[in-house]
Amino acid sequence: MAHRPIRRPLLATLTLAGLIAAAACSGPGSDAGTADASAGASPVTNATCGTEPVTMKGYFETGFPVPKALTTEFTKQFPNVTWDIREDQFAVITQNAPRVLADDPPDLMRLPQVSELTKDGLLKNLDGYAQGFGWDKWPASQLEQMRVADSGERGDGPLYAMGINFSMTGVFYNKKLAAQIGMTQPPATLAEFDAVLDKAKKAGLVPINQFNGGATGGLAFPLQNLMAAYGDPAKINDWIYQKSGATIDTPANLQAAQHLEKWIKAGYFAPDINSQDYATMMSRFIGGKNLFIFDGDWESGNLDKQMAGNAGFFLMPSATAGGKQAAMSAPLTFGIGSKSKHADCAAFFLNWVATNQQARDIDVKIGGSHPMGPADAFMPDVAKDTVTAATLDAGAKIGQDNGAMDFIANATGAIYAKSWTPQLQKLAAGQQTPKALLESVQKDYESQVKR
Amino acid sequence: MVAHRARRPRRSWGGWLFAAPAILVYAVFVLRPLALTVQYSFYDWNGIGASTFVGVDNYQRLFTDPELFATIVHALELIIFFSFIPVVLGLFVAAAIRGIATSRLATVARVVLFLPQVIPLVAAGIMWSWLLSSTGLANALLSAVGLDGLTRAWLGDFDTALPAVGVIGAWVLVGLCTLLLLAGMSKIDPALYEAARLDGAGPIREFWSITLPSLRQEIGVCVTVTVIAALASFDIIFVSTQGGPGGSTSVPGLEIYYLAFSEREVGMASALAVALVVLVLVCVLPIQRLTRDGSR
Repeated sequence: MAHRPIRRPLLATLTLAGLIAAAACSGPGSDAGTADASAGASPVTNATCGTEPVTMKGYFETGFPVPKALTTEFTKQFPNVTWDIREDQFAVITQNAPRVLADDPPDLMRLPQVSELTKDGLLKNLDGYAQGFGWDKWPASQLEQMRVADSGERGDGPLYAMGINFSMTGVFYNKKLAAQIGMTQPPATLAEFDAVLDKAKKAGLVPINQFNGGATGGLAFPLQNLMAAYGDPAKINDWIYQKSGATIDTPANLQAAQHLEKWIKAGYFAPDINSQDYATMMSRFIGGKNLFIFDGDWESGNLDKQMAGNAGFFLMPSATAGGKQAAMSAPLTFGIGSKSKHADCAAFFLNWVATNQQARDIDVKIGGSHPMGPADAFMPDVAKDTVTAATLDAGAKIGQDNGAMDFIANATGAIYAKSWTPQLQKLAAGQQTPKALLESVQKDYESQVKR
Repeated sequence: MVAHRARRPRRSWGGWLFAAPAILVYAVFVLRPLALTVQYSFYDWNGIGASTFVGVDNYQRLFTDPELFATIVHALELIIFFSFIPVVLGLFVAAAIRGIATSRLATVARVVLFLPQVIPLVAAGIMWSWLLSSTGLANALLSAVGLDGLTRAWLGDFDTALPAVGVIGAWVLVGLCTLLLLAGMSKIDPALYEAARLDGAGPIREFWSITLPSLRQEIGVCVTVTVIAALASFDIIFVSTQGGPGGSTSVPGLEIYYLAFSEREVGMASALAVALVVLVLVCVLPIQRLTRDGSR
């Protein structure tokens, strides 16, 4: 302990020196370079990958084989382009996105919620490419979700990302179990759906299994489907797009939340959903342990392989017979970093994905989802009795009914993990009322949007 | 004599030279981030764009936001599982092992108990989330003995999630405590026990009058390490519940991570981190003082 008189002042001096050094700097982040956000606004007509060797840097999502399959096919057709791809889980990408785009921008990146990234000028404005390639002549709803105005409202304004396909959600069911309780046709109204659920419960089956554990509130899927069954999907989109004055706490949404609570109280969900993650839900459904799951067409290809002929799909029925149907439907978004080195080639690739026959084939057969692109573009043949065919048909129905909604989890960067998930877990445990749930989410939303 | 004195300062400077690389690394990788965290805590910053100086607003929110405050309460509750149970259990297990010290069983017991220490915490978390799932071993055992009514998704239930996470922590830390305490026991002079036995003391009396007081310092180390593990817990909870259900297992470490990377409130995250450091010091310094040997 002879050192003590020396050590204490030394530590103090070092700490002090560090503090002074830090305090002498200006506030953090003030030197962050922001790229010119208006760049790319004039039409770019000659965007190609050229003929020189190019190495494209990609940052993709683990577990989704489509983007990689597309890049492999692209290299086959354009041998001068090779890919250097980094993969991570979506949650990791969401957390990394701003720093990666600021420090080491990839040419093509799977994106989380875009509006917070455009604020800091991290994403390239794609309007020039959209005009050059004619994306602006596609059905407008395909690109709407990726447009962000200066105010931060989505749905309108410059285009900041592109989809490589658009996915859609609904209800998957196990055909064998459905036959057991006499369900031969998908339910046509919400009341019929309720009746089927009740029959399944009485027959000793687990009617619905849904992931809702950890940081993944999967009850948001049935909740949003119920919201669309009771109300207007456009209003839900306004809320997700951060339109001023939008609220999630509406009478129609309250009915939806109450309906969900009714399902919970009736025991239609597996009792342990609050401890289940997505992978557990999938393995139980594929293992024939339950009748329904609320999920998206990105699983179509997988289900056609793992439970061939035994998986069915239907869109959430409307509250009234013959009513319009709606579904969560969003593009699988990819963006180009504002400081990307090969932006032209990345844009050329995105256009190729939407318009090339092989690429569209990969989109459907591997991705299980509808490709982006012009309404009359090539569509590959899909065997009739597959669940992929069922989801593609459902996509067409949503198009007719103009019922595509973005996901309520995408309204702000934190709304899913910090609001929907804990609130839905409380609802599942009977610790929250539908009314208070919506009020609480709305309160969080307002404080997050204000920032 | 004079020459000897003149040499002394030079010798001490030479010592500093050897320490310089370590000091430099410490300053760059420990002190600088610490200072920056303190600086960030006074700003409203999303990690990329411009920042705004907000003074002590972030700290004020710590005490007014019930969710943030709840994380600190959860961390304090975890001390029971991460610290109290492992130390008490460790004491009795170590005493028992010491009693059978010469048999092979003692070696086996030591290895089994220490095993959780060499398993990565993430692996332990995954393993336990299987054991505690609704179809896991814990529920299967309960059903087997006719306690079906008690089965539940332990990590997904509002009432049991935090204790369940605590059990995982206790399992991980009990081995460390046992081993530390065993090492401490082996240093106790056997003559003390002999004397006690001559005076007619039984095993329990021996434990309270000799073993426990002699282990004061080792217990101090155990309590310090485990209390820090409880307050700064992150990995076990991230793997097993991610703070769910409904934030019932959320702790400061996890909240700092969510604030910084998902909500992009770097300033708020820094303020909570600073508060956590202070909390750890407030809890640990008195323990250090209490368990310090009187002779020091």
